[in-house]
Amino acid sequence: MSVAPALAVARSPRGTVVSAALIVVALAIPLVANSYALEVLSEAWFYVLLCLGLNIVVGYAGLLDLGYAAFFAVGAYTAGLVTLKLGLSFWFSLPLAVVAASIAGVVIGGPTLRLRSDYLAIVTLGFGEMVRITVRNLAVTGGASGLVGISRPYLFGYKLDTIASYYYIFLALALLAVAASHRLEHSRIGRAWKYVRSDEDAARAMGINHAAVKLSAYVLGAIFAAIGGCFYAAKMTAIAPETFTFNQSLLILLGVVLGGRGKIPGVILGALVVVVAPELFRDIGSLRMLVFALCLLLIMLLRPAGIWPERWRWG
Amino acid sequence: MALLEIAGMSLGFGGIEVLRGFDFAVEEGSITSLIGPNGAGKTSVFNCLTGFYRPRAGRITLAGTRIDGLAPHRVTRLGLARTFQNLRLFRELTAAENVMAGRHCRTGAGALDAMLGTRRHRHEEAAIAEAARHWLAFVGITEAADRTAGALPYGHQRRVEWARALATEPRLLLLDEPAAGLNVGEKEELVALMRRIRDELGVTILLIEHDMGLVMQVSEHIGVLDHGRKIAEGTPERVQNDPLVIEAYLGRDEDEASAAA
Repeated sequence: MSVAPALAVARSPRGTVVSAALIVVALAIPLVANSYALEVLSEAWFYVLLCLGLNIVVGYAGLLDLGYAAFFAVGAYTAGLVTLKLGLSFWFSLPLAVVAASIAGVVIGGPTLRLRSDYLAIVTLGFGEMVRITVRNLAVTGGASGLVGISRPYLFGYKLDTIASYYYIFLALALLAVAASHRLEHSRIGRAWKYVRSDEDAARAMGINHAAVKLSAYVLGAIFAAIGGCFYAAKMTAIAPETFTFNQSLLILLGVVLGGRGKIPGVILGALVVVVAPELFRDIGSLRMLVFALCLLLIMLLRPAGIWPERWRWG
Repeated sequence: MALLEIAGMSLGFGGIEVLRGFDFAVEEGSITSLIGPNGAGKTSVFNCLTGFYRPRAGRITLAGTRIDGLAPHRVTRLGLARTFQNLRLFRELTAAENVMAGRHCRTGAGALDAMLGTRRHRHEEAAIAEAARHWLAFVGITEAADRTAGALPYGHQRRVEWARALATEPRLLLLDEPAAGLNVGEKEELVALMRRIRDELGVTILLIEHDMGLVMQVSEHIGVLDHGRKIAEGTPERVQNDPLVIEAYLGRDEDEASAAA
């Protein structure tokens, strides 16, 4: 008897075959694609990572977070400061970014996660803006012009300085995020998130510490974004506060909601749509964002629970 | 010493007094009931016991440990589980996933264990899945395991809630109006299930119920609550014949006379 039917999706032989085929295609793309396509797709994989991170907060734990870009900023600025100001290797920035994101997550989440969802949305929105305005005004973070000249990291002796190398880095991060999300979803802690989302009082009566459970989701989501932010800084070699606006947070949230909160394939699809669709509409010039917005409205009207179907079975 | 002891418990919201100096005890291994007219404060007693409300005064001890003022999840960990008056299932999750919730406080794998797939994670997951099967079988709805809880028939939803509470391994199980909405046949099954829980599992039961036939049939000890005060206590026979209880339920004779006039 299968206790968790959701597992049947990933563990069915057909699902495995389809997933493997998609991964092979993704691995082969740099052999044929031009650098523009690779640029767009690298960003798409990067968004898959961010959206899966936010999906832990919004999808699993049901917390509305409108300031998620702040944690992405924490990661990017950690990488920038570690390499530029401390003169250390890029790789030191990863553990430091995890620590910084965890601290920021606990400081912001600790007192606010007790709030009802709509209040939480306002607080997280404020936090997102706070981080952006703070890095804009501090001398050490380079003010409005940000940090420039972040050195490219080396991996196994190779300098990561081609777009193809970043394509593979972000693809690998996206795949790691998928694996981590899948394992979390079907674990004790992942179920606890869903219990708290579904009925907080019933969850508490079952012996679940709702505050700790929500905080763990918030902090884990923050860590995903911070790790992504580190590699983002390495890829761009320059970061500026205006990358981490409220719009950025909204776009990530859009990917999660569009694809389907709490459904991994849906969130991947949502992230790809959010990045790739505006590029496809590039030919129509200034109408591009309007058409994109109309498409989003239509999708949300027709499929309010996201593009991905509720209970997907392969074949 | 009784398993659960409540001494001088008072509860109020602003100027409204809900419970006034309530004393009560539940003996280990008993099926005890708490009855009283609507609004007497029965569910408030449950909410105080389980940490959802904080009493203004008094003390509550479970097997000698003070539990008043503790957060709900700590109380559950100490061996007190409850069901809700209006079913509180995780409706969009499966019956098995609902029951797994009860194992949360008896297991400890964290996010890192899950992501790395540690031994601890794998062992616990297997045990949690097995426990879900076991408790669903215990309440007699094995076949409902993979169905969405909210889509189950009402009587089955009640059983899922029981299985979920039992999965926390309680010493004391609080049942808030378990017979509400059940038909005669289902009520008989309920009584049988309660007796199995007490006799086979050794779990003590404290029951709130409006169905007097059921209460008198199943309880060994009954407390009667009216306007936040305990007005009577004792065996079913004694409580049934207590003039204060009759008055609380039926009203005074002269009231009826003046109401009729």
